[in-house]
Amino acid sequence: MGRERLERYDLTGPENRAAVQSGLAGATWFRSAVPRKRMKELMRRTDGPAIRDTALWVGLMVACAGAGIALWGSWWAVPFFLVYGVLYGSASDSRWHEAGHGTAFRSRWLDEAVYQVACFMIMRDPTASRWSHTRHHTDTLVVGRDPEINVMRPARLAKLLANFLGLVDVPLAFRAMAVHAVGRLTVEEADFVPESERPKVYRTARVWLAIYVVAVTAAVVFGTWLPLVLVGGPRIYGTFMHVVYGLTQHAGMGENVLDHRLNTRTVRMCRVNRFLYWNMNFHVEHHMFPMVPYYRLPELHEEVRHDCAPVYPSLWAAYREIVPAVLQQLKDQDHYVKRELLPGAAPFHIPNELTDGRARPLAAAATPSAPASDQTAPDPTVPDPTAA
Amino acid sequence: MPQWIAACETDDVDPEDVVPFEHAGNAYAVYRSPDDAYFATDGHCTHERELLCDGLVMGGVIECPKHNGRFDYTSGKALGAPVLVDVRTYPTKVEDGTVYIGVP
Repeated sequence: MGRERLERYDLTGPENRAAVQSGLAGATWFRSAVPRKRMKELMRRTDGPAIRDTALWVGLMVACAGAGIALWGSWWAVPFFLVYGVLYGSASDSRWHEAGHGTAFRSRWLDEAVYQVACFMIMRDPTASRWSHTRHHTDTLVVGRDPEINVMRPARLAKLLANFLGLVDVPLAFRAMAVHAVGRLTVEEADFVPESERPKVYRTARVWLAIYVVAVTAAVVFGTWLPLVLVGGPRIYGTFMHVVYGLTQHAGMGENVLDHRLNTRTVRMCRVNRFLYWNMNFHVEHHMFPMVPYYRLPELHEEVRHDCAPVYPSLWAAYREIVPAVLQQLKDQDHYVKRELLPGAAPFHIPNELTDGRARPLAAAATPSAPASDQTAPDPTVPDPTAA
Repeated sequence: MPQWIAACETDDVDPEDVVPFEHAGNAYAVYRSPDDAYFATDGHCTHERELLCDGLVMGGVIECPKHNGRFDYTSGKALGAPVLVDVRTYPTKVEDGTVYIGVP
């Protein structure tokens, strides 16, 4: 049962075609009603906040790397490299994300520069991962369509845990680089990367591999691990925080639900975590309105919070839900976290066989006559605000 | 010869903004540039069927609200992934405070 269900996440499998035919793919998703004037204010971007945060990010990395190099050989280097590693191997994930959307800076070239650097650090091809993330936004947690479902049902626990040290993702990244460098894509990438974009993927892989060859050669020639601790290594020893943050986004939640309020979490975090994560903890808001830059997400949150399910007050609170849910899904793949919208929140759709969160095989579900996203009607899980 | 259709009043669009317009079942987007020139394109993004009127106008560029695909709305040119196909543009004219778009 578990293996069969895992196979349904394959982008090249029949579930992809079934999602398209049933209207789950490319569907209309819920968005809160925010006045156009206010949305324009929220979407406006300036260079200032992201330049400040990028200077701090790069400055801290340089300082920590410098201290670590100076103290190399003693245990005092460890805390500096730990901070350096988290800034490199974890914070690069949120920079990849925000700069990839093109919303962090007003100046396009700054977004692109940060994006390229962050992609190298997090080991995601800039072109392929842009298209992968585009699909993730179109078909968030739609089985067979979303290439970024990290926690499947049942979860691949060993992989999840190993990736706290990048032990699966890093070898896969190098494998992808090797495949790209010889002018090919992986089978899944071929599903979402257009033909005209593919030469960029191949070029990037060749440049990156050359950089890693230089780092490895330097390590061998000088007889020290230091080059690899500085380049590439942080994607192993400093990547755990990006997994800690990332799992809060969608783990354990409903699949095929067409409403980000039901399959995405917004989690309150402290200032340090929000700096490292560039406010991606406001994830429901981000999915609803991807145009809003990260530094305006707290304001957007205030605009739409009345329309959503309650916010998770902390990372701890989120994990108190995630861990039991993911463990339960090992035994019961119909289980998922059911979010209750706040009283008065805008209803969206009547959950049916397709969109009730269980994500049963589409072939076995009743295909509606209209696209799944058109099943607009009051949600019975939402209290009727007009009721006495 | 295009058929000139009244789309909106000039004041209906803020400078550096966009409004939707529908005619004969087709969606259009009408833009007012920062220097008060008017332009029109198809209403939907060429990448996925998303209304451009919900997006952000920055100078001569419209950014799609779903995936941040960008077009030069004065020429329709797609400015990079994830939009790879240009958006269709339509001629405009302003007469007596009304913006007209030329529909084939």
